[in-house]
Order: sequence, then structure tokens, then C-alpha cells
Amino acid sequence: MTSLIHIINASHLPDSDLQPIADAVERVFRRPVRLQRRPLDYERAFDDSRGQFSSGILLGQLLADDNLIGRKEIVVVDVDLFIPVLTFIFGEAQFEGAAAIVSAYRLSDEFYGLPTDHAKLLTRLEKEVVHELGHTFGLYHCHQFECVMRSSTYVEEIDLKQSTPCLECRRLLDRKNENSSLPEIRLQESL
Amino acid sequence: MNSTSSLLIIDDESIVRDSLSKWFHEDGFHVGTAENAAAALRHLQEQRWDIILLDIKMPGMDGMELQRRIMEIDPHATIIFITAHASVETAVEALKRGAFDYVTKPVDPDHLSHLVRNALKQRGLALENVKLKEHVTEFSRIDDLIGESPQMKKVYELIQTVAPTDTTVMIRGESGTGKELIARAIHSHSRRKYFPIVTVNCGALPEGILESELFGHERGAFTGAQYQRKGRLELADGGTLFLDEVGNINMKTQMDLLRVIETQQFSRVGGNAILNTDFRVICATNKDLEKAVADGTFREDLYYRLNVFSIAIPPLRERKSDIPSIANYFVKKYSQAMGKQIAAVSSGAMDVLIRYDWPGNVRELENAIERAIVIGKPPCIRPEDLPFLSPARNSANGSGTLALVEREHIAAALTENRWNISRSAEILGIDRVTLYNKIAKYGLQRPA
Repeated sequence: MTSLIHIINASHLPDSDLQPIADAVERVFRRPVRLQRRPLDYERAFDDSRGQFSSGILLGQLLADDNLIGRKEIVVVDVDLFIPVLTFIFGEAQFEGAAAIVSAYRLSDEFYGLPTDHAKLLTRLEKEVVHELGHTFGLYHCHQFECVMRSSTYVEEIDLKQSTPCLECRRLLDRKNENSSLPEIRLQESL
Repeated sequence: MNSTSSLLIIDDESIVRDSLSKWFHEDGFHVGTAENAAAALRHLQEQRWDIILLDIKMPGMDGMELQRRIMEIDPHATIIFITAHASVETAVEALKRGAFDYVTKPVDPDHLSHLVRNALKQRGLALENVKLKEHVTEFSRIDDLIGESPQMKKVYELIQTVAPTDTTVMIRGESGTGKELIARAIHSHSRRKYFPIVTVNCGALPEGILESELFGHERGAFTGAQYQRKGRLELADGGTLFLDEVGNINMKTQMDLLRVIETQQFSRVGGNAILNTDFRVICATNKDLEKAVADGTFREDLYYRLNVFSIAIPPLRERKSDIPSIANYFVKKYSQAMGKQIAAVSSGAMDVLIRYDWPGNVRELENAIERAIVIGKPPCIRPEDLPFLSPARNSANGSGTLALVEREHIAAALTENRWNISRSAEILGIDRVTLYNKIAKYGLQRPA
């Protein structure tokens, strides 16, 4: 099976935590997904004045890879991400592009002073990975509350939505897939 | 959010423009970016933007100055200022100048998202409000005044001139010429148009009642005054007071009215409290007020106070070219109201309408059309539907030979068109040479 969506684990989470997420991505996007580890140059992305990491610089490191043509990559990190105008972001994607980034940093209950809930963290991470990859496939934010493409500006909003697209976004995604040069895998209906 | 909403980001830092552009693009916005004031103004000339995110500090023209320019192009522009260094002074200044809000970089994504959503909502309401106001204005404009004769065009010019001012207007004209319509047109084109226009028919009310109508009364002010009642002066607060048939007001009420107009203060009948009111006065009369002043039946000081700007409405017989459009307007109005399929006036019937002198002016014409619609049959009004316009009442058709009728008809056409030969010939359906021959034949002479 050709690996056409790469999930890069650049976090402290074990790969075993990310494998169910890779499976979910494969179900939603109907593409073969490969999970791999790759280090990022965090030092270059660190902003002293904010104490946060520039999402743009980290994303740029993925895009610098010449072998990126023909596939999509999403990197999972566990540092606090920012873009210049916003105080933080959960993730960022190149719209209809090849790369995306998601951070687990603000997805854990610990960040909000609550007891650790690892399962909840992984569920939120799965939704955000699917959400950002959705943008790379050309999906806009959706107004449906339960759709994975619903914009989330705080963590409770992520909890409200599902990890799958709504019917309308599903249709759009299928249409995009038809026009895409990426070979689609046929999935069992039970998936 | 509306999927077609547009957002213009004006910031000299490309990283800010790019990141915001990307963020809002994912939200489905049509996003534009500008790195300086010149580029921003170019974007604004090309299209209208729903939301404008504007950096307050930029090289060259700064955000505050650019805001002023933007508001000149689009007075309803919804501007959110973004800046790296907030200061209370600049924030207050921006809001005073009409900015929607003010955020400091970096901004919380949830806050920015809500802010933009609220800004869109407010802009939608503001635009809806503008549309409704335009609709109201259009509605009153179309409904009120009909006629394209030179005389009526002059009246429209006077209305346009005086409406935006707060000047007192005196409307003169025969009964039925539409003085109240003119008053309403002035009101609807004035800055008071969203407040009421309150009409008082001074000729229709007996002396004591008129005073109570105008000033209101306190409970027990007179027999039968069981409740306190607001007068028309109070009801007209903020709007316009239209005094119809003002020449019929008695001397005592004239004095009271003069005082109110000059001080904008009054008391209710039977009350001591001084009430403040703010209204514009428009009055109308078909009387010779100058003669009434000379006779001592109308106060000279009130006359001068009311007669600041005068509009004279010509009688219908002096603007016969307006009859077809007015008649057609009433045909449409009454055929719709009565559910009859009468859409027009036949040429024969129109000829009858044009020949008639209309001593009761537009009101009489309206009544004639209403009656014709009642008795007439589709598809149009015919001469036989207008039997009440008896030839005996029509001076142009009064008596005599065909030659006499023709002479009077030509004379009427020439008078109506101020002896413009080409226009009169066109209306009469003859060429200019024929008209000259007929003028010579009937010995018609241009008035001095």
C-alpha cells in the first residue's frame, strides 16, 4: 500500500498512541496512512518574547522536504504553537496544500489545571489531526456543530464535535478526491 | 457567518497579513490584503468589504487617517483596529471615529472569532436599516406627487430646497390641489422624516376644540375633560406640525400659537406645567391671508412668522398636461382596490378629462376616476363613464359652434404651454404652420 498521508510524530507521545489516530485518518480520507517519527528543529521556532513556538517556522520545515510532492504530511507536536496575531493555535494547515501541524499542548486537561485524562487528550488530538488534514484537502470551516471541520477556538468546542465530517463535508471531500491525482483506496463499508 | 462575507486585512507586516488571511480563509471568508494605505484604498475602490482589519501604526498614512478616508468611501465600513501596542487614548479616539472595536496583538482566537461574527451581525443590521430607510423614502416619494408639468417641476424644486431646512413653510393653493401631499413630501425629505407629521385641520374644528386639540388638556380642565390628553403639539415633538386651513384660526388661538412657535414651549389647557416641544411648522391655506391681515382677522406677526417660505400650487386647469398621468395613477389605485380589470383611460375619455376645468382640482379628478371605475367596464374608462362631467360645467365646451370650441381649445393649449408653438402644436396633434394659421384665423394673441 502506497503511503500517501504521513503522520509525523515529533512529540513525546509514543507511536502506539498515534496509531489509532492514523487508522481514523485512513477511514476519513480513504488514503493509505503511514506513521513515522522525525525530529524538528524546535530551537529555531522558539520565540523568546512569547515563550511559544512559531507554527509557521515548524510548518516550513515540513515544506522544505523535496520529497513532499505527491503526499500530505501532518506533524504532531506537544509544544505551545502561535501565529503572530493570535495568542495561540491548536494547529495550522496549508489550505489545499501538502502540510499541516497540530499540537497536543493545549489539548490535555492538565494544561487547564484538571486531572490527567489521556484518553480525552488522544480523542481531541484525533479530531484536530482530521480537522487540519481536512483543510489540506480543501475543506473550509463548517457551521455544523458535530462536524470535525467546525472551527474550535477553545478546547470544549473540540469535545462537542465528532472526529468525522458531516454529510456535506463528506460530499465535498469525495468530490475533491475524484479530482485529485492521489490514488484513493477502497474501504470496506463497515469502516 | 455568511459564506460570501469579505474581509480586508490592512497591515504593513506580511507575516500578520499572511497568518490572518489564512485563518479567515479557512473560515470561508473572501480575504483581501493590503500592505499600506494606497493598496487598501485601491481595494476599497474595487469592491465593498464587510469587515476591515486595520493596523493602527503603519509607515506613511497611519491607521487613524486611513480610517477617515475609508469612511469617506464607505460610511458604513465596519473597521476593527489591530495594534501591537494598545493605548487607551488611541482606542478611545478610534471608537469615537466610528471603529467597531479595537484589539491588541496577539489576540485570543476565540475573542477575534466572536468579534468578527458580531461585527458581521451589526453590519448586516446596519445595511438592512439603510435599505429600509431607502424603501420608506422611495415609498413616500412615489406615492405622493404626480405631474411633470413645468409648474409642478418648479414646485418639486422648491420642496427640495426647503425640505432639509427647518424653515416654516406656507403652502398656498385652491381646495383640492394637494396641499397636504406637498406638506408630507417636505416632511419626508427633511431630517425629521422618522418622526411623525401631525395634521391639524384648523378649519374643521370649533374654537374651543381647536385649542384643546393643539395644546391638549389636563383632567377637569373643562366639562367632559375626564382624562388628561396630549395635544397635537406634544405629539409632533421631533417631527412636523401641519396646520391645514390656518386662515381659519380665531384670534385667541392665533396668539397662543404664535407664542408656541416662537418659544417651543406651551401648557396644556387647564395646566400650569410648561412643556417643551420641538417641531417644524408647515401650514396651508386657500385664503387670501394678506387681505385677512389687512382686515384685522389674522395677526400680522403670526402671518410673518408662518409665511417664511411660500409654495404656490397651481390649480389643475393651469397644468392640464399633468391630467393623463394623475388620471392613470388613480385608475391603477382604484381598479386595484376594487379588483376591477380597468387598466387605462380611453383616448376619448382622456379628452373629456383634459377639456374639463376641474374647479375642485386633483381631489375632484380623483373622485371622478373612482366613480368611473365603479360604473365602468373593462378594459378602460370610456367617455360614457364620465357623464357627471357635464358639458354645461366645462367652460371650454360651454356652448356654440365647432369653431368656437376649437378656438377655446387652441387657446387653452397655448396658455398651458406658455405659447410655446412647437409644444402646443404637438399636443394639439397639428403641425406648426397649421397652428399659426389657426392663431391668425381666431385672432388669438400672446399675453403681454
